[in-house]
Amino acid sequence: MNIVVGVKRVPDTAAEKKLDEQDFTLDRESVEAIMNPVDEYAIEEAIKLRDAAGEGEVTVLTMGPEPADKEAVRKALALGADKGVLVTDDRLHGSDAMATAYVLALALAQQDFDLMLLGSESTDARTSLVPQALGQLMGMTALTYVKQIEVSDGKVTVHREEEGGHAVVEAELPAIVSVVKGINEPRYATLKGIMAAKQKEVEVLAGDELGIDPEQVGLEGSKTKVLEASPRPPKEKGVVVKDEGDGHEKLADFLQENKFI
Amino acid sequence: MAEIWTVVDQSGGEPSKVSLQMIAAGRKLAEEMGHDLAGVFLGTGWDTAREKLAKHGLPRAYVAESQDFEDYLVQPAIDAIVKLAQEHQPAAILFASVPLGKDLASGVAAKLESGVLADVTDIEVEGDRLSCRMDVFGGATITKCQVVGDPQVICVKPNAFVAEEASADLAEERIEAEITDDAKAARIVERVQEEAGGRPSVEEAAIIVSGGRGLGGPEHFSLVEELADVLGAGVGASRAAVDAGWYPHQNQVGQTGKTVSPQLYIAVGISGAIQHRAGMQTSKTIVAINKDAEAPIFNLSDFGVVGDLFEVLPKLTEELKKRKGG
Ligand SMILES: Cc1cc2nc3c(=O)[nH]c(=O)nc-3n(C[C@H](O)[C@H](O)[C@H](O)COP(=O)(O)OP(=O)(O)OC[C@H]3O[C@@H](n4cnc5c(N)ncnc54)[C@H](O)[C@@H]3O)c2cc1C
Ligand SMILES: Nc1ncnc2c1ncn2[C@@H]1O[C@H](COP(=O)(O)O)[C@@H](O)[C@H]1O
Repeated sequence: MNIVVGVKRVPDTAAEKKLDEQDFTLDRESVEAIMNPVDEYAIEEAIKLRDAAGEGEVTVLTMGPEPADKEAVRKALALGADKGVLVTDDRLHGSDAMATAYVLALALAQQDFDLMLLGSESTDARTSLVPQALGQLMGMTALTYVKQIEVSDGKVTVHREEEGGHAVVEAELPAIVSVVKGINEPRYATLKGIMAAKQKEVEVLAGDELGIDPEQVGLEGSKTKVLEASPRPPKEKGVVVKDEGDGHEKLADFLQENKFI
Repeated sequence: MAEIWTVVDQSGGEPSKVSLQMIAAGRKLAEEMGHDLAGVFLGTGWDTAREKLAKHGLPRAYVAESQDFEDYLVQPAIDAIVKLAQEHQPAAILFASVPLGKDLASGVAAKLESGVLADVTDIEVEGDRLSCRMDVFGGATITKCQVVGDPQVICVKPNAFVAEEASADLAEERIEAEITDDAKAARIVERVQEEAGGRPSVEEAAIIVSGGRGLGGPEHFSLVEELADVLGAGVGASRAAVDAGWYPHQNQVGQTGKTVSPQLYIAVGISGAIQHRAGMQTSKTIVAINKDAEAPIFNLSDFGVVGDLFEVLPKLTEELKKRKGG
C-alpha cells in the first residue's frame, strides 16, 4: 500500500511570531518552527498501515521553503517514512489554503497512491481547509476529522468525529483522509531512524516541474488577502479576589452582573 | 439583486445556534450592501427548521430535502451548493465555522475557484467586499482579511454574533438536487452517539467550564460537570488532564486541542500555559479559580478567585442553583 502524507511546518506556539510589515506573511525565518503537531499522527498512521499491509511506501509531501522545510521532511523520514517530496518555489510564498491545496493536488497527481493522509488542521492558521479542497481538486471526497482507519479489500472504513459521537464512513481506495490527534500514539524518532533518514531520498520539485500556473499561487494568485495584522493588545488586568470563604459569592455576583445566570 | 447566503448548519431539521447567529449577521450585511439574504437548507426535517429560521428573521430559503444528504458524506451538499451558486451568483456564502461547515466551505470554494476564510469573528462591509476579522497563531495576532474571488466564502465562528428574534415571512424555493453516483463515494454506514450527558461540544458552547491538573484525578471532574450543568455549559480540559487520562481528548482546549471563543470561559485548576491560552484567549469573558495567586491564567482573567477549588467549586455550584431558583 502506497501512502502519501501531507506534512506542514508551523511556528511553535510558544515562540514570538513576527509578521512581515509589507505583506503580512509570517517571517518564517525568524521563528522557531516545529512539525505541525497532528501531522505526527498522520505519519504514525501511515507507517502502521504500510507495515500492516506488508508492502508499499510512505511518501512525505511538503510544500514550503527549502532548506527549512526539508527538516520537516527529514523528521518524517526519521520516524519511518520512505521518501520525501518537497515542493519549493519562491513564487509559492504567501499561498493561502486554496492555493496550497492546488499545489498539493498537482504534486499528488504525480504519485501512485492508495491513501493520502493529512492532519485535520494546522496550528498556525488552524483553518482545516486544505484536506477537503485537495479532495475536490482530485475529484474525490476527503474523509475528514478521522479518529480510526481500517483498510481492507480496496476499501477504507473510517470513524469520523461528529457532534456528540462519530460516523462510520466507507469509501473506495484511493482515498484522502485527514486525521485527528489521538488516532494513535506517535512514536519518537530513534537515533537509528535519524541516521537512516540521511540516506533517504528527498525529491525537490520547483513549480514548473509540476506545471503550476503562477497566476493561481503565491500572494498574488491567492483568492484571499490579508489587509492588516496586529498583535493582540494585552488584556486589562481584571479583578482577583482571595477566597476567604466568600469567593464563591463574589464570583456568583460577577456572573450575575454579566448576565450569565 | 445579488444575494448573501447562509448555509443552515443543522441536524435532523434542528438549526444549530450558530445557524441562527449567522442569520443575524447576514441580515445586517445584506442590508448594508443592498443585497437580499437567503438561506440554503439541505437535509431532512425542513418543517422543523422552517419555523425556527422564520422566527429569527430569515426572509427566504433554497430548500432541497433528501435523505442522501444524511447518508453520504458532504459531496451531495457540496455539489448542490456549487450548482446553485453557479445559477444565482451570490455575492457571499456564509457557512458555520464548525468541522462540517468548514468542509463544505472548502469544497465549494475549491470547485468555484474562489477563496475561503475560516474562523471569522467579525465582518464589516467595505465596498463590495466583506472584511473579516480572524485571530491567528492561537489568538496572538489579529488579522483583517478579504476574499478577493467570487463568491466570498466565509466561515463564521460560533458565538461571534448574537442571534436575534425577528419575524419574517419565509419564502421558500424548492430546488432539485441531482445527486450523482460520484457524489455517493463516501457512504455513511452508521452514526454512533457517544456522549450521554447531552452537554454542548466545546466548539459550539457559549459557556465552557474547563478543568486542569489541579483537579487531582478523574473522579473530581464531576465538580466541573456539575457547575457546567447549572450554566448549560460545555466541559473542557487542559492537556495535562487529558494526557493523564482524566477526560477525553475531544474536550482538550489549546494548541493541540480545540480553539474556542465562548462568551464565558471558566478555568478551574489550570495554570494558563501559553499552549492552553492559544486555545482560549479569544474568549469574551474569562474567569479563573486557582490556589496559586501567581498562576499566569490570572493575567488573562476578567475575574479570578485565588482559592482551593475543592472549597470554591461546590459552593459556587450551590450558590448559582439557589440564585437561578430564586
Ligand atoms: C507542543 C505542545 C502542545 C501543547 N498543547 C496543549 C494544549 O492543547 N492544551 C493544553 O492545555 N496544554 C497544552 N500543552 C501543555 C501546556 O504547556 C501545559 O503543560 C498544560 O496546559 C498544563 O495543564 P494544567 O494547567 O492543567 O496543569 P498545571 O500547569 O500543572 O496547572 C495546574 C494548576 O492547578 C492549580 N491547582 C492545583 N491544585 C489546586 C486546588 N486544589 N485548587 C485550585 N487550584 C489548584 C495549580 O496552582 C496550577 O496552577 C502543550 C505543550 C506542548 C509542549
Ligand atoms: N504546505 C503544506 N505542505 C504539506 N501539507 C500541508 C501544507 N499545508 C497544509 N497541509 C496539510 O493539510 C493539513 C491541514 O492544514 P490546514 O488546512 O492548513 O489547517 C495539515 O495537517 C497538513 O497535513
